[in-house]
Amino acid sequence: MSRTLMEEPFGASTEVLSANKAVAYAVRDVDVDVVAAYPITPQTAVVEEIARMVADGELEAEYVHVESEHSAISVLAGASAVGARVFTATSSQGLALMHEVLHIVSGLRLPVVMAVATRALSAPISIWNDHSDIMNARDAGWVIYFVSNAQEAYDTVVQAYRLAEDPDVLLPVMVAYDGFLVSHASEPVRVEGRRAISFAPKRWRGLLLGGEPLSVGTLATPDFYYEFKYQQVVAMRNALRVSERVDADFGREFGRSYGLFEAYMLDDAEVALLVTSSLWSPLKRAVERARREGIRAGGVRLRLYRPLPRDGLVKAVSGLRILGVVDRAIGYGLPVAGPLATEITVNVALQAEVMVKSIVAGIGQRSLTHGDLLAMLRYLDKVKGRREEVRDTLFYGVRGGEAP
Amino acid sequence: MLKEGRPGWWGLTKRSRALPAWFELPPGAVARPSRPLDDKSSWRTQRPVIDGDRCLRCRLCYLFCPDGAIVEVDGRAVTSIGKTYDVSYSVDYSLCKGCGICAEECPARAITMVPEV
Repeated sequence: MSRTLMEEPFGASTEVLSANKAVAYAVRDVDVDVVAAYPITPQTAVVEEIARMVADGELEAEYVHVESEHSAISVLAGASAVGARVFTATSSQGLALMHEVLHIVSGLRLPVVMAVATRALSAPISIWNDHSDIMNARDAGWVIYFVSNAQEAYDTVVQAYRLAEDPDVLLPVMVAYDGFLVSHASEPVRVEGRRAISFAPKRWRGLLLGGEPLSVGTLATPDFYYEFKYQQVVAMRNALRVSERVDADFGREFGRSYGLFEAYMLDDAEVALLVTSSLWSPLKRAVERARREGIRAGGVRLRLYRPLPRDGLVKAVSGLRILGVVDRAIGYGLPVAGPLATEITVNVALQAEVMVKSIVAGIGQRSLTHGDLLAMLRYLDKVKGRREEVRDTLFYGVRGGEAP
Repeated sequence: MLKEGRPGWWGLTKRSRALPAWFELPPGAVARPSRPLDDKSSWRTQRPVIDGDRCLRCRLCYLFCPDGAIVEVDGRAVTSIGKTYDVSYSVDYSLCKGCGICAEECPARAITMVPEV
């Protein structure tokens, strides 16, 4: 809390950190009050590092050891309702176990921030990365960022508190990054120390304010429920605007900003891939190699997934002939089986008049290198004029399945 | 606030149009209590009524009541057949949730549960 910050000011420094540890440093630097967490791979290093910080007196926070992720998020709902700045992290089954409370937190408009190191869901058991956990939570009313490296993870957690606690927003935020591929990859990270909390000062005062009795989590009859849900629709619209501003302000303050999505060699491109998180770096290499082969290739990385920066994306992809959307989750029973591909098609591609090819890959962390992304770009270049080619999802890299 | 012919008017009944619009409601559906916090009377569907004539002053209702809603009143009381007591029992209806435990436990059947209407 603020007293601690006065006593133990952390200056800015450069540390070698994995994304998991970078998130813990961001939690320390924005002076979180309450952490409740249950360990789960590949997120565990986040809450382990925070536990160390609390034990060593680097962070004065209430650290609640709970018996499940359901309890972790429930503790945070209570603590946030009385005005605490709160944090947790989870993955996979943990996120699934939180599911009902995710909706309660967003419905109560509590500015909770959570890191998600994305991981496949059971069964069969897989501790490795894909997006089946986060895609199950995509309509829980949370703002969702996908970040690509440890530095961006640190920066985005700091941004997330400023966004979540904005009075025009008041929504919970997930900062998601690929389990292992990003969560366990170490790199030099600039940590900003107490400058972080100057950037994201505590604005949230809680629902329950001193003395006045209030009911939180009330019943809403058919006469009222819809209006509260519509408030969340409006809050998401506001979050889009505020998120852009927060990122720009962050850039002015610290010299790093990311935008809501990133484009690479897209201006004159005919074919492009849209990816998230760890695939961004290999995609840029793949685009460069495709260019050398004479393919007019480009790349897009979606950073803010909810709310979707629709207008910017429409503008960015409108010159393309075909956009491949790489999903690491499966919408079972849909011919276009990539959740992200479906959403990009309806929200972006129909307006931009661009064909979308849904590509499912990297399921359960099946190897996905820049060579694979290059193969996808070559495939897209080959089929770019052929409407019948985009009707179904390409299941890339499954033994016995289709190959480009 | 609602404008006729606008989307925020469509599909609403006349009664619904008189209710607050989305921007007039508190975010997160927090609500202020409609009556004082120590008033439990709205929970009741029936209320206990004690017949002072049949009451044996055994005090079981007072002991069993989970909400302390039975009030023991000192003072001389005379029944219709001339029996006298130093104490009487009545109900604090602001605390009574109408659970009926007192009526269930009363050995003299002196407590009747009367529906709230």
